[in-house]
Amino acid sequence: MSDAVPILKIGTTLLVSIQVDLQDDTALQLQEDVAERITRTGARGVIIDISGLEIVDSFIGRMLASVAAVSRVLDARTVVVGMRPAVAITMVELGLSLGGVRTALDVERGLALLAPEHESAEDVLLAAAEREAR
Amino acid sequence: MTTAPVATATATERLEVRADSDVVRVRQLVRAVAQKARLSLVDQTKLVTAASELARNTLVYGGGGDVEVELVTDGRRSGVRAVFSDEGPGIADLDLALTDGWTSGSGLGLGLSGSRRLVEQFSIDTAPGAGTRVEIATWSR
Repeated sequence: MSDAVPILKIGTTLLVSIQVDLQDDTALQLQEDVAERITRTGARGVIIDISGLEIVDSFIGRMLASVAAVSRVLDARTVVVGMRPAVAITMVELGLSLGGVRTALDVERGLALLAPEHESAEDVLLAAAEREAR
Repeated sequence: MTTAPVATATATERLEVRADSDVVRVRQLVRAVAQKARLSLVDQTKLVTAASELARNTLVYGGGGDVEVELVTDGRRSGVRAVFSDEGPGIADLDLALTDGWTSGSGLGLGLSGSRRLVEQFSIDTAPGAGTRVEIATWSR
């Protein structure tokens, strides 16, 4: 038995923050959950925060690439953020390149990447807050 | 038997690998021993990642098995040795299995070849029908 990874919605972006040591079946479940949430909410972007992950092995790497690919087909863009330096070094040596997956250093930069041009992360958050208030 | 000459081991810890959750347990055990061995953060991360790949191989391709992890020392340096054993079908063509991108299953084909690059010592003992035994070790600098 494993805990599901929570998916938060901020405006038109889904925020997936992985804070547990992912076991394989949880990773597979997450893939399905993200796809389902994109179609249900019409989200245009997905941010996967992996700052809590101590390792990214080939299975987790494949899951990240697969979430990005499925999101793209569902008209949403994915940014993986928060990778630890030791994880990045190890992943490259392992042979994982995460080709096709956009990355950013942290959630804020990830939000900025997903925002339409000339819109800062702050604008995105403000717009989301305004939508919530309405 | 061992790839680390004149290495002596302290207490060996053994874990069974029968389910996804066991792979996580192996990662946690290897991490704990790597910290005791005072490996650098990058070396710890490489070793734990290799252990994760190999434990998953034990589970998926070997049909389950066990992992032994021990803190070792050669008098000057400390290190971590881990042995992954299964009684599965074994590997018929080892050169092929150690090639990047080749997989007999649905994986990426990086488990064996990639994990070999992540550790200091790597040896594998396998034959068709005779199971597979992979031994890895990384030493403090």
